[in-house]
Amino acid sequence: MENRNMIFRYISIFFSVLLLYVFAGTALADEGGAVISAGDTGWLLTSSALVLAMIIPGLALFYGGMVRDKNVLSTMMYSFISVCVVSVVWVLWGYTIAFGTDVGGIVGSFEFLWSNGVGPEAFPGTAVPHLAFMVFQLMFAAITVALISGAIAERMKFMGYVLFATLWVTLIYAPLAHWVWGGGWLGELGALDFAGGTVVHISSGVAALAAALVLGKRHGHGSEKMAPHNLPFTVVGAALLWVGWFGFNAGSALAADGIAAGAFVATQVATSAGVLGWLVVEWMKSGKPTALGGASGAIAGLVAITPAAGFVGPISSILIGFGAGVFCYLAVVWKAKFGYDDALDVLAIHGIGGTWGAIATGLFASVGATGLFFGNPGQVFIQAVGVGATWVFSFVGTFIILKVLDMVIGLRVGKDEEIVGLDLSEHSERAYT
Amino acid sequence: MKLVTAIIKPFKLDEVKDALTEAGIQGMTVSEVKGFGRQKGHKETYRGTEYQIDFVPKVKLELAIADGMEDKVMETLRTAAKTGSIGDGKIFVSDLNSVIRIRTGETGEGAL
Repeated sequence: MENRNMIFRYISIFFSVLLLYVFAGTALADEGGAVISAGDTGWLLTSSALVLAMIIPGLALFYGGMVRDKNVLSTMMYSFISVCVVSVVWVLWGYTIAFGTDVGGIVGSFEFLWSNGVGPEAFPGTAVPHLAFMVFQLMFAAITVALISGAIAERMKFMGYVLFATLWVTLIYAPLAHWVWGGGWLGELGALDFAGGTVVHISSGVAALAAALVLGKRHGHGSEKMAPHNLPFTVVGAALLWVGWFGFNAGSALAADGIAAGAFVATQVATSAGVLGWLVVEWMKSGKPTALGGASGAIAGLVAITPAAGFVGPISSILIGFGAGVFCYLAVVWKAKFGYDDALDVLAIHGIGGTWGAIATGLFASVGATGLFFGNPGQVFIQAVGVGATWVFSFVGTFIILKVLDMVIGLRVGKDEEIVGLDLSEHSERAYT
Repeated sequence: MKLVTAIIKPFKLDEVKDALTEAGIQGMTVSEVKGFGRQKGHKETYRGTEYQIDFVPKVKLELAIADGMEDKVMETLRTAAKTGSIGDGKIFVSDLNSVIRIRTGETGEGAL
């Protein structure tokens, strides 16, 4: 009881201080002189809402359909709570770590701590309000965290996940976003990442591998049937991700202009080619084209075109998307040989798809940058540096965070709870009664 | 009296029911069941992972009939449920000792 009172006292002190800062921030915000474009702002705010739709309901349905019926609510809650945790962390300290003034190429300064100084004035280099830019970036952070939940589905404690989301977005995502987009060393080096191939997809895919290794296999993995319980959920979720991804990629132009249109076209074409690539190789190797394969191929194509979207033409997009469908299918099949339990194949689709996309950007870039096939072989090397740095940083960082959390609170539910299902054991409810 | 238990293909249910009604059967109990015989199960593949599904969905019909009806019911069932391919199912017949109609308390063939 005393413990609980202490917690309430801390929370009330926290919010009092927060309020002080909010009022101070409002008083200090200056309107600035740069012009705000109604078109650009309208598109960026729309894009932000589209990216939210990728997570909830999109990703929640995509993942929720793939788990067993005793874990569907738990799985959807991971996506839901990712949005909520990251939204709060982002406006408090996440945004400033990613986009504050550069400190040594590694992190941003604390100038925007608790959103101080983030107001309606134009974000430098754009014609959109700083607030719109911040919320757009917030959605990216949220989906990146939510993507990881596919690896730990059906066995991670809800509390463990909430703490992990808080630490991961702070210590891994925000610095990585700074490296690539916030004025950090990878951006300075010339690494191309239009909408998050490294920052979002490689980082979440590799984090998923680390998480799968730390948590261990699900009980009964490899011996019990763990087939998806509702593939229509998964197909609808993938389709929503596809729709929302136009905000993700075309929105990353930060303007309603020709670059946005190019990214839009690239996204549509690459995704379609991703589905075709997956289905062709699946048909050849296992005899039947599947709906789950089509949905997975779409995500593979979307992931791979993400870093390239604003830099490539339609024909390059077909090759990037088709390649993603093929490579990600093979990665999913090969997973079985390694024996780790990345439950919903986050590494195979986001990690491998993101890696292919980042390298392919160095091959195919032709709009506003040039890749190997257009006379600039050095770009592939720079892309490889970006890929390597992201793999190492995300894997090591995630591994340490999870090991520490596991020691402090324990990350896995007990065996009995796992067998009963997390819907009942972690949330006291069932999806289908 | 006989208890007839038939395991049939689910999509044949309506046809079988209509044929039995035509033959004079006034009631039956139907349940959705799973099982396997010589047909065995099938394979399902999710992202390259194959699962062998041993139990195939079937429909089980149970009907209590008077002794004189046996041949007619068997023939009707067999004709209506048959597709000619593996997995058409089976019909089991066993003796039925007693029947009571709950509402009236009638027993024996009068309760059928």
